[in-house]
Amino acid sequence: MEKETRALDEVTIRFAGDSGDGMQLTGGQFTNTSAAMGNDLSTLPDYPAEIRAPIGTTYGVSGFQIHFGATEINTPGDHCDVLVAMNAASLKVNLRSLIDGGIIIVNTDGFGDKNLKLAGYTQSPLSDGSLSKFQVFQVDITKLTNLALADMNLPQKVVDKTKNFFALGMMYWMFNRTPDNTIQWITEKFEKKPELIEANTRVMKAGWNYAETTDIFAVKYDVKPAPLTPGKYRNINGNQATALGFVAAADKAKLPLFLGSYPITPASDILHELSYFKNFGVKTFQCEDEIAGITSAIGASFGGSLAITTTSGPGVALKTEAMGLAVMVELPLVIINVQRGGPSTGLPTKTEQADLLQAVYGRNGEAPIPVIAASSPSDCFNAAFEASRIALKFMTPVILLTDGYIANGSEPWLIPEVKDLKDISVKFRTDPENYLPYLRDEITLSREWAIPGTPGLEHRIGGLEKQDGTGNINYEPENHHKMIKLRAAKVERIANDIPLATVEGDESGDVLVIGWGGTYGTIKTAVERKRKEGKSVSHLHLRYINPMPKNIGEILAKFKTVLVPEINLGQLIKILRDKFLIPAVGLNKVQGLPFRSIEIEQKIDELLGGKQ
Amino acid sequence: MNTLINSVTNQATEATIKYTAKDFSSDQDVRWCPGCGDYSILAQVQRVMPDLNIPKEKIVFISGIGCSSRFPYYMNTYGFHSIHGRATAIASGLKIARPDLSVWVATGDGDGLSIGGNHMIHILRRNVDVNILLFNNQIYGLTKGQYSPTSETGKITKSTPYGSVDMPFNPASLALGAGGTFVARSLDRDPKHMQTMIKRAAEHKGTSFIEIYQNCNVFNDGAFFALTEKETKPDNVVFLEHGKPLVFGKENDKGIKLDGFSPVVVSLKDGSHSINDLLVHNEKDSTLAFILANMTYNPELPRPVGIFLASDRPRYEVEMEKQIDSAISKRGKGVLEKLLNSGDTWVIQ
Repeated sequence: MEKETRALDEVTIRFAGDSGDGMQLTGGQFTNTSAAMGNDLSTLPDYPAEIRAPIGTTYGVSGFQIHFGATEINTPGDHCDVLVAMNAASLKVNLRSLIDGGIIIVNTDGFGDKNLKLAGYTQSPLSDGSLSKFQVFQVDITKLTNLALADMNLPQKVVDKTKNFFALGMMYWMFNRTPDNTIQWITEKFEKKPELIEANTRVMKAGWNYAETTDIFAVKYDVKPAPLTPGKYRNINGNQATALGFVAAADKAKLPLFLGSYPITPASDILHELSYFKNFGVKTFQCEDEIAGITSAIGASFGGSLAITTTSGPGVALKTEAMGLAVMVELPLVIINVQRGGPSTGLPTKTEQADLLQAVYGRNGEAPIPVIAASSPSDCFNAAFEASRIALKFMTPVILLTDGYIANGSEPWLIPEVKDLKDISVKFRTDPENYLPYLRDEITLSREWAIPGTPGLEHRIGGLEKQDGTGNINYEPENHHKMIKLRAAKVERIANDIPLATVEGDESGDVLVIGWGGTYGTIKTAVERKRKEGKSVSHLHLRYINPMPKNIGEILAKFKTVLVPEINLGQLIKILRDKFLIPAVGLNKVQGLPFRSIEIEQKIDELLGGKQ
Repeated sequence: MNTLINSVTNQATEATIKYTAKDFSSDQDVRWCPGCGDYSILAQVQRVMPDLNIPKEKIVFISGIGCSSRFPYYMNTYGFHSIHGRATAIASGLKIARPDLSVWVATGDGDGLSIGGNHMIHILRRNVDVNILLFNNQIYGLTKGQYSPTSETGKITKSTPYGSVDMPFNPASLALGAGGTFVARSLDRDPKHMQTMIKRAAEHKGTSFIEIYQNCNVFNDGAFFALTEKETKPDNVVFLEHGKPLVFGKENDKGIKLDGFSPVVVSLKDGSHSINDLLVHNEKDSTLAFILANMTYNPELPRPVGIFLASDRPRYEVEMEKQIDSAISKRGKGVLEKLLNSGDTWVIQ
């Protein structure tokens, strides 16, 4: 029977199963294949917080969502169109993200009495009619996998581990993907274990053939390539991009890169990534605690390294005093906060934007620190590079905010040309003639970097208030006031060194949606949809939060209403109200989850009232 | 890798200038209380520095907070007066980033053992080549007289009007327990001895930890007088010297012998013991170091002063450099363009 093929603009698939079912790998393979076929895409893994949760339980469910399309894709998808559920628990956990009429493919073997009980089902959802509004495809993946490998005499454990490839094969058939990329990957991965190459390839093909030949699946879908900017791409997640951004910055600045860090979710992957780049001379120092993470970095910075420290919110709290020290001694440093759900330990594996005020204000004394935010997984590269540039040029600590959502989410990244990266080279002071540690550049107000080992420049720095110029301890009232103002002015002057903000959409109108950080893709999607409906809506996304670009006030004045969606109770909005005295409207949700575009669209509609 | 750093810094390891103690004195007025033991430590450090034959610009003093932590301001070297307890962590970062520097930490019993206790044990276990001078005055001076983690139990201070109920740390035991490879003790009122200890600490490859008994004449005057004054010192202090028996007393008439694992005092003049019965110090023996350090608060025994342990173990920053060298020899020096283009890539036409 010739099966029907339908064209789709975009699709979201969620692979879900037990932690041990290999769902991240399956999703990753589907992603790489789709990327290679020219789709734009965005993905988000959803790991359980427990490392090895009991098999079959809801808290052991691991998921991977991919949103891919023939058009520009900016988010991993509000909902999924297709759910692959390897057991009852994964169905239970993920069903609420499936659209009405969506497709469910279940491995029926994962719905036995024990699995149902572990998932908290009193009767099977496959037979009680509760899934009637979805298209359910029941496949005994376990049995079919066993049959496909029956003649290979492999241990059952090995056979069980291949069943995710059966699901992948079915999905490749359903979405008209070539399995060749994955076959090549399998061949390289199991180079020394030919029986695993055979087994995994065979099972994937069995999945494909099963979908092709049985009558269960009547329709396949085609998602054409997206009109992406030509060039070389790779798939990258936010933490990888952050790590590469710093390696690139150190390379361009001709400085060694030093990372002082203490492992913390969801920032640890930056440490993992950087610890591998030893052949770049990168020094990663896994410290005894968060405070040593930042203070060792300050020590390295004193010695002339591009020094950074990576953490998440609770770690920032611990580093706060040392951040004040970095402000005082005016040494370059980048503090990366991969934000997670708070307060306290909060929701370690979930995302949030609730550390903005902590970043901008959260220190004792007047301790201004530039704050910049990355807006998407691949944008973390640019943000890390820019944070380094500012730190080095202005001799200041800089806070880089990312979040769990973009840190773990991934998207295709148009690989930049090294020669196109900004020159951020630094110049150490060498001339002992008239040297004073706190003499300032007239334009940037930054002091010079004079590193130990340089003859004739021996000097002392410290956290006590100091006299400008000499850096000698000074407690005089007028001097303190002067220094406070100088440090603030230095950070303010960064506004002269950053690009003006640009609005996406019209430069004036009814509603301006302002966001920062990881909500970029969601807001962009929502605003674009509304603009297609003819609504007067524009989008402004802030990379620079402290200081802000100089034209923000001007932009705000051109809109009747300003909407500020944030995954917190309203933090950027406080800063905007404070700086610009505008009656901005907030949209706030703090569930450990990203916004859905539809939520922002609804708020825009509400603000526009009945107006068309 | 550090081409830019190399281009501006002195690459020589030995000083070409002959320094004097005065060369190490900064233009800042020393502001410790008159009579403070810190003056002696500063003087001994400045006296020893020329002998180390290290270019002045390669020396860095790092401190935290407390009276002792003013130290870097008075040294005409590179210096960093940081925040409370963190000097050892800053020093670790600096030394790891710049193994070419001679890095020193000036800290106190509060800064180094209380708020900075965690960083202290970790620098010792990693054996980063940093020289730590711990000024132990058994009191909080800068905050005006609260008890410290080395104050004796029962200590009456502003914060313990009924006496402290805390058990004090024995810094030498703590440093040994943390894996310290060079652990010594000295006295503010014994300049010669202190100079020797500082020199040995500087020569040691790995973390050096010197506890210096330092009199706070304002808040804890006389805490160590029994150990430092001419009248009482000989009977209360036993100096540890490598390869020599443990003899002490005004007339060198007493010694330390091991009874099982316990040191006991024996007389060398009543005929019961001779010098051959005494414990002979071996600064390479870590087990012995523990036993000797453990004599510290035993009222039956003299206080051991000198080098408890001086042993060799790989240094963190050296091992890290080795890993970097090995990665470069295996994978080639990193090329940014290659790195950015690594992984699964694809081309959109």
